[in-house]
Amino acid sequence: MDEMRYETPTSVNAAVKLLAGEKGLAKVLAGGTDLLVQMRGETVVPNLIVDIKKIADMKAIKKEKGGFRVGAAVSGAELGEHPELSKMWPGVVEATELIGSTQVQGRATMTGNLCNASPGADSVPALIAAGALAAIAGPNGKREVPVEQIPVSPGKTSLAKGEFVTSLFLPKRPKKSGDAYLRFIPRTEMDIAVVGCGISLTLDKAGTVLAARVALGAVAPTALLVDAAANAIIGTKLEDAALDALAAACSAACRPIDDKRGTKEFRIQIAGVLARRVALIARARALKK
Amino acid sequence: MPDDIKLDKELKVVGHRNVRPDGMDKVTGRAKYGADLILPGMLYGRVLRSPHAHAKIKSIDTSAAEALPGVKAVVTGKDFPDQPKSKPPYGPMIQDAWDATRNIIAREKVFYDGHCVAAVAATSDSIAKQALKLIKVDYQILPHVIDPIEAMQPDAPILHEDQFTLGVEGATKPSNVFRIMKAAKGDVDKGFAEADLIIERDFKTKAVHQGYIEPHACVGNASEDGNVEVWTSTQGHFVSRNQLANLLGLPVGKIRLTSSEIGGGFGGKIPMYGEPLAVRLSQKANRPVKIVMTRDETFRSTGPTSGSHVWMKIGVKNDGRIVAADAKLYYEAGAFKGAGIAAAIGCMFSEYDLENIRIEGYDIVSNRPKVAAYRAPGVPMAAFAVEGVINQIAKKLKIDPVDIRLKNAAKQGTVNVSGIKYGPIGFIELLEKVKAHPHYNTKLEKNQGRGFAAGYWMHAGGMSCASVNIQDDGTVTLIEGNPDIGGSRASMAAMAAEELGIPFEKVRPIIADTSSLGFTFLTAGSRTTYATGMAVVEATRHAIKICCERAAAVWGVTPEQVKWEDGHAKPASANVGDFAPLSLSELAKKAPMMGGPIAGHSEINATGQGPAIGGHLVDVEVDPETGFVKLLRFTVFQDVGRAISPDYVEGQLQGGAIQGLGWALNEEYIYNDKGQLVNAGFLDYRMPVASDVPMIGTVLIEEPNPNHPYGVRGVGETPIVPPQAAVANAVENAIGIQMSELPMSPPKILRAIAADRLKAAE
Ligand SMILES: Cc1cc2nc3c(=O)[nH]c(=O)nc-3n(C[C@H](O)[C@H](O)[C@H](O)COP(=O)(O)OP(=O)(O)OC[C@H]3O[C@@H](n4cnc5c(N)ncnc54)[C@H](O)[C@@H]3O)c2cc1C
Repeated sequence: MDEMRYETPTSVNAAVKLLAGEKGLAKVLAGGTDLLVQMRGETVVPNLIVDIKKIADMKAIKKEKGGFRVGAAVSGAELGEHPELSKMWPGVVEATELIGSTQVQGRATMTGNLCNASPGADSVPALIAAGALAAIAGPNGKREVPVEQIPVSPGKTSLAKGEFVTSLFLPKRPKKSGDAYLRFIPRTEMDIAVVGCGISLTLDKAGTVLAARVALGAVAPTALLVDAAANAIIGTKLEDAALDALAAACSAACRPIDDKRGTKEFRIQIAGVLARRVALIARARALKK
Repeated sequence: MPDDIKLDKELKVVGHRNVRPDGMDKVTGRAKYGADLILPGMLYGRVLRSPHAHAKIKSIDTSAAEALPGVKAVVTGKDFPDQPKSKPPYGPMIQDAWDATRNIIAREKVFYDGHCVAAVAATSDSIAKQALKLIKVDYQILPHVIDPIEAMQPDAPILHEDQFTLGVEGATKPSNVFRIMKAAKGDVDKGFAEADLIIERDFKTKAVHQGYIEPHACVGNASEDGNVEVWTSTQGHFVSRNQLANLLGLPVGKIRLTSSEIGGGFGGKIPMYGEPLAVRLSQKANRPVKIVMTRDETFRSTGPTSGSHVWMKIGVKNDGRIVAADAKLYYEAGAFKGAGIAAAIGCMFSEYDLENIRIEGYDIVSNRPKVAAYRAPGVPMAAFAVEGVINQIAKKLKIDPVDIRLKNAAKQGTVNVSGIKYGPIGFIELLEKVKAHPHYNTKLEKNQGRGFAAGYWMHAGGMSCASVNIQDDGTVTLIEGNPDIGGSRASMAAMAAEELGIPFEKVRPIIADTSSLGFTFLTAGSRTTYATGMAVVEATRHAIKICCERAAAVWGVTPEQVKWEDGHAKPASANVGDFAPLSLSELAKKAPMMGGPIAGHSEINATGQGPAIGGHLVDVEVDPETGFVKLLRFTVFQDVGRAISPDYVEGQLQGGAIQGLGWALNEEYIYNDKGQLVNAGFLDYRMPVASDVPMIGTVLIEEPNPNHPYGVRGVGETPIVPPQAAVANAVENAIGIQMSELPMSPPKILRAIAADRLKAAE
């Protein structure tokens, strides 16, 4: 039988070297809450596992340029216990905290959620709405890209051989900004989003939407950044007509499939319903700041 | 049983909240479940399963697997003797031997995705898994059918070419309908002619799994002298032993089955799956073999309950009195006959006192795993229809949903469709308690609704044995033969302690293996505390009788002059003489000098089990924009006869209700167009999680069953009968639409709301 190697490098360079040097399948291990399940089900059989938790800074949350840099191995529980970050990006934190249960929260990371490239990943629409950036290290050095560029299709990322994400950057917020995330599941927890929606917006003094980003999960092969939906609310005060236009734009952007988790028709309809609700929560948060 | 029903006496142990004897080990993780046994030299077994819903097996080549280093044995259907067809009855609990051997391992055909075709035993689990990949099966894929109505169509693919419908005169074409069963009472047509209002509707439910948290697991160990030992997680090791002897052609006395602790069964651990494979592999390899199923295997190849179509028509007078009830039940049996139609027919209208009933039940095979019993097997689907139509009637007639049931409630003397005449039953008291309960009188808000539904289950009796050994320090070992799923050991110990007049903690209950006690029927049919409880009381009384005889000998009086009270032999009256009472341990210590150890035993075939009726009250809130149903309040009312262990009785009521809620809202088997199950895991087979369920209140109504020394009725199954309809009726109350299909998942509710709006707009 093929042997499987498990490595715990202590530097980014060593990790890149291991990942780039492996001839077979090399997998990064963050919390392992996706990877271990996939290995047990034999859908992923790696030759090399590179555990990044021993690398300095992977577990750190640092202030940077008025925003926050979140290490790739920071768990959901650690994120949620960071008061300043939670205050600045409540939508991102609530999305991440929806992942699994208390036990899963102790391990699961936002970066793992992003790099697993599931269309239903909960933190991803919130990260996209937040305009988060992913810092990448690889054999050719470092680069930084918007998070929406990481997943390309279910289970696939744009990361090249030997590359991995070292941190996520959440930018500084203007005054009167708020974000929120809601998902629909048929139960109350321990389920995969049938639809997820993250919205981040900034208001002017009069309460008019100055800027907005709207993202949807589980309605297409990857999470979507829906510009038309953002445009539907920019310049409005989220009156009923604006919310209707937002819902319609979200429904129109959906390219879902019928599967065991939900029908096309249902996903399209719920995308609009959630978008309305999320926009109102984000506004309420923005008004408090 | 003896006359003296002790219900008036103040009870010291029975009815108290005793801590279950198995509790500590379960909490610490020390309890030994099916997968926990490891024997020296043990091999790991794995099963190769069919990826096809229906296919002919042209050939199986196991040579490459056998050649893999570490593989010690491989078996296919050829390694098992074929079985003759056996005689009825068949049902979720009783299988035809011809069917049983084919369900355990396929012979001519595979009948469902997940059907076992071969098994291997190897020195490690990973070698066993690798070996499965080396087995070549040449299949000829056949068309398949899953839905029972489709399976009845003339052009449907036929599963068994030699199956002709029973109950149809002169059937010449093979059919997927194994049997049509009929039952009737009174004159239904006359009843409908007299009715002021008739409601007729179709209902559909999906197959659902029992969802026990412990997958099937066993170790088989065959020795060279022909003895066989099996360790397994089962609901009935004595029944399994007899079946195993039959399936493998072994003498019953050579086989010894030990039941492990069991992590849930709900009926699904009555049939055997891995045990015959493990034993056969062990016979070939001369080493113990362990087989542990994965969750995926548990979903794909072990018994769910039937999916169903039910047609229901009920006629009433304007005052709510039901004058006619007519129903047709179409139940999936899975790959082999034996859907729960007989039980459904016997129970579906049985909480009501009705004059005119007609029921027809269809037992239909299709390309799904053979159904296994699931808590009141067969009844919840029928009750969903009955209680849904009654809800509609109450609404149309503007009668309170509890009042309409009061109007029709069964009582002492009522005769049901099976001709059973009831003794005392507590349904009317139950309905009155519902009306008086704060839950029933709580105000509802917008988008909220309240639903009520009732349900009936008949219970089983049957054979049970028990032994009671009095140790010389006055402690007691109680031996019985029912795997303990719901806290039965606590109840057995409580009854023995009550009889003996000693503290609960002094009795240690043990579940014997099949070679250490006489035959004891399944832990199923809510029979254990009733039937085995009776044996325990009888065995204890036998030991007490011996104690009294010993005391009589010590005092030089006759045994009749001695009574047993508070753990002591005492003179029956002052006339007998002034003797100091003799305690249990004092008497036991004298055993070496007078007649040997003190022990009692009992072997019985229990009858006289009483039915149990339950009523569930539920409040929901429906999100009209998403179709999400939030459960707000849930209260279970049930006539429990007598709660020997109130904690575990309440646990049964809550557990049954939660399983029914899952069935009502989200659980279903989802197949692709190839007939393969696509949601064989807890992520996508959506059982309720803790946060989905409000605290479930329980109200115990105690109308004792006069046939049991402590009034026991059995409680475990009734609570899964009403919840599906109770939730549907609550949803109806919230949105004005009677959902007729389970599960009432959000997309279905949203579609129903949209269709209703469209209709209203027209
Ligand atoms: C019980 C349970 C419940 C769950 N519930 C939810 C839920 O509600 N919502 C949800 O969205 N998800 C859920 N998940 C899935 C999972 O927990 C999340 O996707 C989680 O965020 C994954 O993070 P992780 O750190 O555990 O990732 P891992 O399992 O360590 O990694 C996931 C994938 O990303 C890759 N990867 C990880 N880190 C990096 C990196 N730094 N650079 C490049 N690639 C990397 C890995 O190689 C792997 O392919 C659940 C899982 C379980 C077991």
